[in-house]
This record gives sequence, structure tokens and C-alpha cells, in this order.
Amino acid sequence: MSEIINTPKVNSTAVEDPHAAAGEAPSYIQRRTIGQLLRGDLGFIPVLITLIVIMVFFQIITPHHLFFSTGNLTNLFLQTAQIGIVGLGVILVLLLGEIDLSVAAVSTLCGVVMGVLSERLGLPPWISIPGGLLTGALAGFINGYFTAVLRIPSFIVTLAASISYSGLLITLLQGQASLFIQNSFIANIAGTSTSYFPDSLGIGLPTASVLIYVLYRILNHRKRASMGLRNPSLPQFLAYLIIPVVLVEGAVILFESNHGVPYSTGILFGAIALFWILLTKTSWGRHVYAVGGNKEAARRAGISVVAIQISAFTLCSTLAAVGGIIEASYSFSATTQVSPFLLLNAIAAAVIGGVSLFGGKGSVWSIVVGMLIIGSLANGLALLNVTVDRLQIIEGLVLLVAVTADAIIRRLQARTGR
Amino acid sequence: MAENSTPSVDNAASSQPEMPRGEPRLRLKGVWKSFGAVRALSDVDFEVYDGEVVGLVGDNGAGKSTLIKTISGVGPADEGEIFVEGQPVKITNPNTATHLGIQTVYQDLALCDNLDVVANLFLGREELAPLHGLKENDMEKRGLAVLQTLNVKLPSIRATVAQLSGGQRQSIAVAKSILRNAQIVLLDEPTAALGVAQTRQVLQLIRRLREQGLAVVVISHNLADVFEVVDRVIVLRLGKRVGTFIVKDTTPEQVVSSITGAEFGQILETTNGTGGH
Repeated sequence: MSEIINTPKVNSTAVEDPHAAAGEAPSYIQRRTIGQLLRGDLGFIPVLITLIVIMVFFQIITPHHLFFSTGNLTNLFLQTAQIGIVGLGVILVLLLGEIDLSVAAVSTLCGVVMGVLSERLGLPPWISIPGGLLTGALAGFINGYFTAVLRIPSFIVTLAASISYSGLLITLLQGQASLFIQNSFIANIAGTSTSYFPDSLGIGLPTASVLIYVLYRILNHRKRASMGLRNPSLPQFLAYLIIPVVLVEGAVILFESNHGVPYSTGILFGAIALFWILLTKTSWGRHVYAVGGNKEAARRAGISVVAIQISAFTLCSTLAAVGGIIEASYSFSATTQVSPFLLLNAIAAAVIGGVSLFGGKGSVWSIVVGMLIIGSLANGLALLNVTVDRLQIIEGLVLLVAVTADAIIRRLQARTGR
Repeated sequence: MAENSTPSVDNAASSQPEMPRGEPRLRLKGVWKSFGAVRALSDVDFEVYDGEVVGLVGDNGAGKSTLIKTISGVGPADEGEIFVEGQPVKITNPNTATHLGIQTVYQDLALCDNLDVVANLFLGREELAPLHGLKENDMEKRGLAVLQTLNVKLPSIRATVAQLSGGQRQSIAVAKSILRNAQIVLLDEPTAALGVAQTRQVLQLIRRLREQGLAVVVISHNLADVFEVVDRVIVLRLGKRVGTFIVKDTTPEQVVSSITGAEFGQILETTNGTGGH
């Protein structure tokens, strides 16, 4: 993210030209208004406030103030694991300015493939689980091939895929409405009372990760200083260090005061961290954002737009498969019924979190906020015994507001951009 | 070198353009290009030297863009020879042009608005650590150095391009070509759609390119800009090179009359003379 920092000078190597354009200070710092900041670096603040408001509202209004109990919050993460992982995949495709309407069907299909391999064919989990994941990867590759190579709009390609896979999974289950999953390894991923990390790992893994992050930031800060590059101001730098530490350790304390960190939550955050690194620290990620921002410019810069698109669609559907496997484990079954909410919720979570539908803008971390907003609405309204019909009305409205905000912000940016 | 093939137009200024600098960085000889029955370029010669800014002017349809496309490899010529530093070369696609140190900055600039300045400068040419990791700090340092030699001022090199002014964006596009080791920079209408201050910024930038010893070709409709920054003007009309002017010895009126072909009968004669070439 861009920072407003001092001294744009590289150190002494700078050759100051005597007849440099007059009237421009060498360290020219643009002041930005709060409005501009909200459209830029601090764009996540309104969404975060929305989440907090929703959570506090339910805490006050639910009987016995159940919402903020550690048990309920752990539950919230268990319920939203599939949305989160599928939504993470959707973000990859949204960043390209494309859409994937097949994620829910692919997710369910991969759960079914795994279930059939494991229960009908009796294959061990180290075959059935990769089998499910490969099915997802193949489905994504097909989506990507039609979109990138044959240049069919992804909207239609993935819609067609979604319809086909919904039929395919009924065929696979041969008329059975749901297939009970008995394999203990698979059931143990998310479904049982032992699907939690032991305390050593539950505390150790996230703490180690966040410490590595802090160490990386400090080393990078010092390296930049020694190279004469601009660094963020001290308060900003400390915020970058302290906020992640507080959030991670806060979440760990929350989980540990209940049963511990669920496996599914660990998988979700592991995947988010992995894709955050891929998208922000590698050339592949840079090219994903470039293709989403300006496809023609990316093409002229020598980036293989086709390869980037196919890889993003493949990874998206693979993540959908991961979500499907976790869901099958959580509910002990693979079903023929593609959840009517999963597609909407996964896309909504990404968009509400701040990923632009128009491509090139958004962070994978936004899925956490988006997923928690969607999950909190469902969870809180369930605590209030509100029925699904009204839940859907409210969710639809929240999604509309999020997309409208995205479109308006884009328009304002375009106006100030030039 | 003597420009015998260059038809001399009207005044003394252009009759024998004195180019005492030896071999041009880039030379085109006898370029022909047709689109179906339409002859876009007929026997056009073109040359640009190191440390020189050439203005390529002409009315709409005169063949400016076609000529640029033959140089940048987007639309190779039907006939004609191209020399880079005296060596005959074939430019068949944009990649060969890039390898020869030819970079074109098109009017649309081809920047990603959502990415920051460093990301745009190195797009597709990222400096990589193992496992395709980005060497952000090294890229930032090199980017800053290039921006400094071009004397470009930015709020922050980590600002997204969307936050920059038109002149700054143009500067980024030019800096990008420098980072790709350009020896010859072709600028397509660099000052179109820019305000007064930003135009001045870009003209300053072009002067900096000349100071760096690069060969610069500027296509422009704006003669005021051309006269402010260009050393030599080459005029195309109806696919033919009809005039070459050393700017310091020329008035805009002379160039305009050459562009339109609407002044002295003398011009018409010369043009006819070229036709039989």
C-alpha cells in the first residue's frame, strides 16, 4: 500500500540537475483528505465498523447475551469455514475482473467425489481427498480454458459448468440423497469433538507465524533504511506490527478458552496466509493484479494473460474443493443438494469485504471480515429464532449496499484519478 | 551525411539538412507500405541520431502512425531497409524492436491504474528472488534512480498510478521504456490531453531524454510543442516525406505550409519530383 512518507530522495547518488524544473519542491508530498484515505489505504474501516456494529447489536439483543460467548464465536468460525475458503477462491477470480458462478456446485461435487471414493470404493483418505482436490482443479482448468483461450465470458462458462456439475453429482450418487461419511480420518477434519489442534500447535503455529511476520517487517524496515528508501513513519510502522499481533493472539485466546483452534479454521487461515504471500510477494500475484487492472497493458508488458487466468480459475476451484471436503466432514455426509446459499455467500463475503467486482482491487484478508459479517448475520438471527426467509432478505440488502459502495467509490476514484 | 533522398522543400533551411554526426542510431531507407489498394507509405526515408529529438508531423492520414508501427514492429513494412547503428536489421514484431532498444510509448500509455509506480515500472520485468519472490526494495531503488535522472517528481513511488496527474503518468510510461534499456524512444502524441503545466513537464522530460543521449521521435499535432523541444522536423504528407526542417532555422509557418502543401507552387513541384523517385 502506498504510504505518505518523507524524503523521496535516494541518498547521495542523486544527481541534482541545476536546471531541473523550477517550482517543484524536491520532496513534494501530497496531502490527502480523510475522504481520499477512506477510498484508499483505510478503505477497510467502514466494513470493519459494520462488522463490529452487527456483532454488538446481536450481543445486546440476543437472550442471555450469548453472541460474544466463546462457544458461540468458535461456532461462528466452524459455520463459516466453507464460505471462507470458497470465498478465498472467488477472490482470485474477482481480482482478474472475472466471476465464477460454479464454485458452489464444484465444492459440493468435490465433496461427493471424495465421499464416493472413500465410502463406495473403500479407498483410503490419502487417495480420496486428493481425488476430490484434483476434481476441483480440473473443473477450474476447464473454466479457465474456456474463458481465457476461447474468450467466452466467464459468467456464461461458469453458469453452464454449475448446471452440469449439479447434475453430475446426482449421477455420481446414483439416486442416493446423501452419502454418510464413516471414514474416521475424513470425519475428523472438521466434524468431531477432537477436530481441534492440540494446545501446543493451536497456540504455537499462529504465534510463530505472526512472529515471523513481525521479524520480516523489522528486518525489511532496517534494510530499506540502509538502502536509503522511504519507510513508514514510526506510529504507522508500530501499527503494522501491533495490530496483527493483537488480532492473532486475541483470536488464539478466544479459541483456547473454548475447545481450542478448530482444524477448519487453521486450514482457512493457513490458506489465506499462503495466498496473501503469493499475491503480494511473487510475480504471479503482481501479474494477477495487473491483468485485473488493465488486461491490455499486462499483455503488452509480456505477461501471459491466458496462463494467469487459467491458473487463477484452477486455484479458485481447488479451494472450492477444499471447502467442499471440509463441509462434507463437518456434516458427516456428501449430499446431492448444492446449498443454495453457498454461492451467494461466498461471492457476497468477498465483495462485502472490499474486493472489487471490476477486478484488480482487494486483499485476501477481506474475506475474513466479509465471512464474519455474513456468518454473524446468520448466527445472530438464528439465536433470535428469525426464520431463513427474513435472513435472506437482510443478506441480500447487505450485499446490495456493499456492491453499491464499491461502484460509488470507484467512480469517485476515477474522478480524482486524473 | 548527405540526405540526397530527402526531397528539399522551399527555403534554404531544409535544402541540405546538415547532419554532422555520422551514422544515425536508426535509419529507414525506401520504406513502402500498402493496406490493400491504399498506399500508406511510398519510398519514405527516416533517420534519427543519438541525442536528437525528431518531430514527426503531418496531417491525419499522412502516414505518421504507419511509419511508427513499422519501427515498433507492430506493422512491419512491405519493402525497405532498416539500419540500427548502421547494421541492417529486420523488425518483424514488437519483441525484435525491444531487443534492438526501440521502445514505443503509445497514447494510452498502457499503465495499470491499480498498481503502484514501482509495480508499473517493472511490470513483466520484475526483479526476482528465488521462488519468484519480488525484490521490491531493489526495484524501488532502481526505479527511483531512473525517475531521478529524468527529473520526475512524484508524491510517492508507492502511490498508485490512479493518483497521479496526466503528466506524471506520461513520465512513468517513459521511465518504463528507459528501464527496458531503450536507445530509441518513440512517443505518440505525448502532450495530447495534457494541461499547460503538465505539457511543460513532459517537454522537460523529452529534453532529459536527449541529454541522456537517447534518440527520440515525437509524433505531435501540436506545433508549438514541437518547436519548443524538437531539433529536426520531418514532415509527411500522403505517405511521402515532403520536408525536413532544422527547427532553429525555421518558422512554424514554413512547417505548416509543408504539412498542408498549400503554399507555394514550388512545394507542389518538389512533391511531384519525389513521386517519380
